[in-house]
Amino acid sequence: MPAASLDVRGLSAGYGQTHVLEDVSFSVPAGGRLSILGRNGMGKTTLMATLMGLTRRYAGSIGVDGRDVTGLRTTGRARGGIGLVPQTREIFKGLTVEENLFVGLKDRPRRAIEEAYALFPRLGERRRNLGSQLSGGEQQMLATARTILGQPSILLLDEPLEGLAPVICDMLMAAFAQLASSGAMTILFVEQRLESALDFAEEVIILERGRIVWAGASAALRADGAVLERYVGVGGLH
Amino acid sequence: MAQASAPMAAATPARDLGRDLAGLALILAAGLAGYWLFPDNLSFLTRLISVALLVLSLDLIVGYCGIASLGQAALYGAGAYAAGIACLNGVTEPFLLILIGAAAGAVTGLLMGTVMLRAHGLPQLVLSIAIVQLLHEAANKAAWLTGGSDGLAGMVPAPLFGLFEFDLWGRAAYLFGLGLLVAVFVALKLLVRSPFGMVCRGLKEDPLRVSALGISAFPVLLRMFVISGAVAGMGGALGAISTQVVGLDSVSFELSANALVMLVLGGLGNLYGALIGTVVFMAVEHVVAAIDPFHWMTLVGALLIAIVLFAPRGLSGTLDEAARILARRPRRAGP
Repeated sequence: MPAASLDVRGLSAGYGQTHVLEDVSFSVPAGGRLSILGRNGMGKTTLMATLMGLTRRYAGSIGVDGRDVTGLRTTGRARGGIGLVPQTREIFKGLTVEENLFVGLKDRPRRAIEEAYALFPRLGERRRNLGSQLSGGEQQMLATARTILGQPSILLLDEPLEGLAPVICDMLMAAFAQLASSGAMTILFVEQRLESALDFAEEVIILERGRIVWAGASAALRADGAVLERYVGVGGLH
Repeated sequence: MAQASAPMAAATPARDLGRDLAGLALILAAGLAGYWLFPDNLSFLTRLISVALLVLSLDLIVGYCGIASLGQAALYGAGAYAAGIACLNGVTEPFLLILIGAAAGAVTGLLMGTVMLRAHGLPQLVLSIAIVQLLHEAANKAAWLTGGSDGLAGMVPAPLFGLFEFDLWGRAAYLFGLGLLVAVFVALKLLVRSPFGMVCRGLKEDPLRVSALGISAFPVLLRMFVISGAVAGMGGALGAISTQVVGLDSVSFELSANALVMLVLGGLGNLYGALIGTVVFMAVEHVVAAIDPFHWMTLVGALLIAIVLFAPRGLSGTLDEAARILARRPRRAGP
């Protein structure tokens, strides 16, 4: 499935009666990269979940390559090309690495899991281990690889580096860069590590209390210490 | 980074294959030992194989998919009645009767799954009970077809391969059943290890995550229900061929509940567990009921309480754990 454009218009969503996102609009061209920044609790994860159809939507629309997917359920959106790697990873802990990857294959042949091992060689070494036996970094690799095997045209990465050692973060970022440079998918990247987020994407949006308060090029944000201080809590970057 | 414990990490495809072959050899050896050691109990042992197929089928939906069911005998009974009716109407070839049983079980599984998969948890369990009770009542009322409370009798299957009669001693039926069990077991091993089997286990663990991977639960679970029905139907057909009688007990709630008890006893989500649970339950029932026909259920109940309290993963889980501990010992003893 080739990379697809994403067009979000006036999206409001939340949980039950609680509105978390308000009138969120942005676009990402096919093959583009967008980082989503903001302090904790500002709606970044809710945005990812809403794009995947996992929350309650009150208003707005979501378009993939010009096709409206707003009315589709989670399964339909996944089939339509959206793939989410959730913050909580949610691997199947009772299955081995290889078995987890089998679940992500859908109708693809078994040999396709070699793509996952090529992207994350460490998973190949651990293929017979149960999910419960993996470190946090390995779980993140597995969650990412399992989603990638479904060949999404839009990949949503929700805080993939959270709580991981720097060396593992570097490995993951290298893999994400490889995926992005392949041009096979559009990538939305939610991350608290500012340097990683700005290095990864050309464009950035910042969420504050469920609304987009800043949108623009990552180079422009890098140079704007006042915006970073106000919305991200970081005074400036080296 | 945390490292996995070495014994768990050591599994390899070669070791898996070795374990599978050893497991199959053990089943065959135990089966043949039963043939030589208990020549006067071959009818009971064939009944045990027939019920083992039922429990294996239950494991597919309960153990691997997390579907609550107390109505699995509906599928077993459908197979038994279909084979019995076919046999009385001139279809006597045993392999064909097994296929008819499998087809009847699969069709019943399709219908039962379509209804049951609309609900979850306790409502699903209640639906399964309702379905088996409905079928039980239908079999009772349709006496012109099923023999009602008298059951079907007088079936005479053709000799196996045209040579071996299904006689009173039950030798042909037993060996036929053993061959069928081994073939089904191998097929189910391949099934639960396939990507389809992994999706089923994923659905049991986290259905929302599976749906986020673009997989609809309903068709996957329904397919497993149909396969489960085919296996249970084969068990029912084997029972019909070997006993040459099909009664209402083959489509009863009691049989469904016993099958679930056997599965819990042996260990859910483990095909060996289904076999171990069936053997232990039926052996205890057979031996203890002969000693004390009035209170044998007390011992079975006590056994079940002990298993649930002290071995919550069932007998197979406990054996697995013991094997793991034993495998760890030489490593610790090493330099």
